[in-house]
Amino acid sequence: MIIKETYPVAADDMSVAGDVSASIKRQMKRLGIPNQIMRRVSVCTYEAEINLVIHSDGGEIDFAISEDEICVHVRDVGPGIPDLDKAMTEGFSTATSEVRNMGFGAGMGLPNMKRNADGFAITSEVGKGTDIVMTFNI
Amino acid sequence: MKVSELIALSGAKCLTGEYEDREIACGYTCDLLSHVMGKGQADMAWITVQAHMNVIAVAALLDFACVIIPESLPVEAPIIAKAQDEDIIILSSEKTAFELVVLLAANGVAPAKKG
Ligand SMILES: Nc1ncnc2c1ncn2[C@@H]1O[C@H](COP(=O)(O)OP(=O)(O)OP(=O)(O)O)[C@@H](O)[C@H]1O
Ligand SMILES: [Mg+2]
Repeated sequence: MIIKETYPVAADDMSVAGDVSASIKRQMKRLGIPNQIMRRVSVCTYEAEINLVIHSDGGEIDFAISEDEICVHVRDVGPGIPDLDKAMTEGFSTATSEVRNMGFGAGMGLPNMKRNADGFAITSEVGKGTDIVMTFNI
Repeated sequence: MKVSELIALSGAKCLTGEYEDREIACGYTCDLLSHVMGKGQADMAWITVQAHMNVIAVAALLDFACVIIPESLPVEAPIIAKAQDEDIIILSSEKTAFELVVLLAANGVAPAKKG
């Protein structure tokens, strides 16, 4: 393991939304991760971070780099997603009108993550929380 | 087309002050951030009416050439300060998004590739 870090993400705080993704990008830049990979990881961490802020009760993002892989592990403490197939569908969103006015709620975040990661696994339990593991080959 | 040429041709104002000139590789306009996340490419000019912190975060993560706010819509000082910190160029134009797209295209800026 070259690095492994855990970043907390608080619910509802739009003013710092994006800061964790920015920190992760700085780490990748410092370690010389190729631009194309950096871009895909940034899309995924950003979408995940925003979802934690606008949809979850708060959570954490683990960011790890090993010899041949980057792993992003996103988990939160609720409320969970009742229908994962629906949530993964482009255009499906339960975002409030308040965040829609800011340009969120296109229902493209989870599809963007799936498309940009080499490996994508999501599990969710209502009342417990949501867990997403994304991997990227280096 | 370079950012400086865009400024000269459009009469846009650079809200973030002095900047390091850079090439605009392609352009895109959309106000839904996840669409921009999906389509965005390095060195892209992004036209949007959204002018809040998350716009700067998206532009910085994807290394956009500039963000263009049409119709002289207001951009608050903390947003400009954040953009300066992140080396993001914010331009403000009196033109509409449509007029800006026409101008970019007429000067050889390609659409962002399909994401
Ligand atoms: N961490 C989460 N906790 C609870 N629900 C979630 C979580 N992440 C996503 N969802 C649910 O899945 C839906 C789809 O998520 P997705 O990120 O694709 O779209 P969005 O966040 O609504 O809009 P966009 O990402 O395009 O701004 C959300 O509207 C929400 O109902
Ligand atoms: Mg989302």
